[in-house]
Amino acid sequence: MALMSTVPAFAAEQMLFVSQGGAYQKAQTIAILDPAAKKLGITINQDSVPDAWPIMRSQVATGKPTWDVVDVATNFCLRGGEQGIVEKLDFSKIPNAAAMPAEYRSDYSIAYEFYSSVMGYSLKKFPDAATAPKTWADFWDVKKFPGRRSLRNNPLATLEAALMADGVAPDKLYPLDVDRAFKKLEEIKPNITVWWTSGAQSAQLLNDGEVDMVMAWNGRISALVKEGAKVTYTYNQGILQSTSLCVLKGAPNLPTAIKFLNEAVDPVHQANLPMQIDYGPANPKAYDTGVIPAARVKELPSAPENAKAQALMSYAWWTSAAGEAAEKRWLAFAQK
Amino acid sequence: MSAIDPSLRYLRREQGLMLLLASPAVIVIVALVVLPVGWLMGQSFYDGGFTLEHYKRIFSEDIYWRSFLLTFRIAFTVTVLTLILGYPVAYAAAHAKRPWDMLILSFVILPFWTSVLVRAYAWLVLLQRTGVANQVLERFGLISDPLALVHNELGTVIATVHILLPFMVLPLYSTMQKIPRELMLAGASLGGGPLHTFLRVFLPLSLPGVVAGLTLVFVLTLGFYITPELLGGGRTIMISMVVSRNVELYNQWGAASAIGVVLLVCVLAIFMLVSRIIPLDKMLGQK
Repeated sequence: MALMSTVPAFAAEQMLFVSQGGAYQKAQTIAILDPAAKKLGITINQDSVPDAWPIMRSQVATGKPTWDVVDVATNFCLRGGEQGIVEKLDFSKIPNAAAMPAEYRSDYSIAYEFYSSVMGYSLKKFPDAATAPKTWADFWDVKKFPGRRSLRNNPLATLEAALMADGVAPDKLYPLDVDRAFKKLEEIKPNITVWWTSGAQSAQLLNDGEVDMVMAWNGRISALVKEGAKVTYTYNQGILQSTSLCVLKGAPNLPTAIKFLNEAVDPVHQANLPMQIDYGPANPKAYDTGVIPAARVKELPSAPENAKAQALMSYAWWTSAAGEAAEKRWLAFAQK
Repeated sequence: MSAIDPSLRYLRREQGLMLLLASPAVIVIVALVVLPVGWLMGQSFYDGGFTLEHYKRIFSEDIYWRSFLLTFRIAFTVTVLTLILGYPVAYAAAHAKRPWDMLILSFVILPFWTSVLVRAYAWLVLLQRTGVANQVLERFGLISDPLALVHNELGTVIATVHILLPFMVLPLYSTMQKIPRELMLAGASLGGGPLHTFLRVFLPLSLPGVVAGLTLVFVLTLGFYITPELLGGGRTIMISMVVSRNVELYNQWGAASAIGVVLLVCVLAIFMLVSRIIPLDKMLGQK
């Protein structure tokens, strides 16, 4: 865990922000955290934890949480809200969120940045764009597209992909037909070489030629492309996902945390993020600021053109009883 | 009142001193082992009130006992393999003259000092489709398609054997070293051939080391996490991975604790069974 402090150090108000570390946290420090701290005149202390969810729970369970704002996959904010781990948000104090679509926020969360689970593939294996795989149905079609495949060892987005492969339209996915999805997954299972568990692993599998096709996060594959690897990906039928910001129940610096939340989705700060890393802004107004060059917009998962081609993940469904049951079914599926 | 024997008084004072000296260690063990394990056990019986729900789940849901089964199977395989590979190495080290014995031991110990994560990744690089092993086999025309050496149970076993080999070799070596050479000579002078003396004299005397090694490797494999996570391809779900999924994904600390308790009970049972055959102090290398 790295503790970093963001300017200005002398400010009276401070808060603790927790994110996932690595290149991502560095990028948001430059794009969002530092400018927000400066504008608000507060000190933002940082911590990073790859799996914040179990710690969020134990923080609140102790009765004296030290964390204020957490940046996690949206479903954890929603589940935290249900379980009394996350504060209910007062959106009248977060005016910047007004420009965001309703499905980008909930009582407990506010979308912070977007990434996408996309289909990536090897250009060595499929060099010709005309005959390359384009849909999840293609990913499932082992006769037309022979090769080794890898999916994430997690039901989120994987079930969505399976249903799209089975012919469900991207905007008709929810509520997910879980039985149908698992049935479709059984079909592809013998051809899955690896069920990956970390983003780094998914990139490595594709880069080393261990697999020819993979469902991976767009940023992981675009990083490989930048390094000159012969790989590419498509946003077509991608599953658009977000991390959200939420505030721990009983956060020691609640008012400061809410002030920060509003600043974090400020269109200009949001527009700065994709200049640092391959993630899309959560506030659509960021695309109107003129900060992001047109060529860059095309590469971002949340850009209007790209978003249209994709399915938007429903975190509300995943935190429902049906969603949690589907999650539990996953381990049994992976093991058999 | 009768006078106390001065030597007895001295002994008592020494015992008191020993207790005082041991107290920091005792405090640390209580704080870092006894209390957390107690908390873990409490969690496993608690879900808003006393419940056996978490234990019921282990026996009723497929994934749990399947993972237990797989974990024990892998532990068994790994233990047998490390014995087969480790025994000759320990034998050679125990019988070699200086500096050769040190050289053999350093080959065992150097990898032991390398991070488990690094070794697991190294095996990934060696064994994957485009890895060294497959490329060599292809170059010699032994295979036409790369073998699936990793991202499955095989890869997990290979790496685990490598990582745990020192835990087999070191107790074997320490036992073998203490076997008097004269006994072998005596066996030979009584007409036993090399194989005969080995089987009748050396092997039985090395058994405490064997049992120590077997126990250590078996128990350590039961708790393996990183290796199956990295080399198992997502299909080799060992019990520690089920624990972590329960905490990370499902937020079911009770279920995770129950699995932990069951595993702990298994390990203690193994130790008790083994200590019936060979006392623990003997196993841990004292005379």
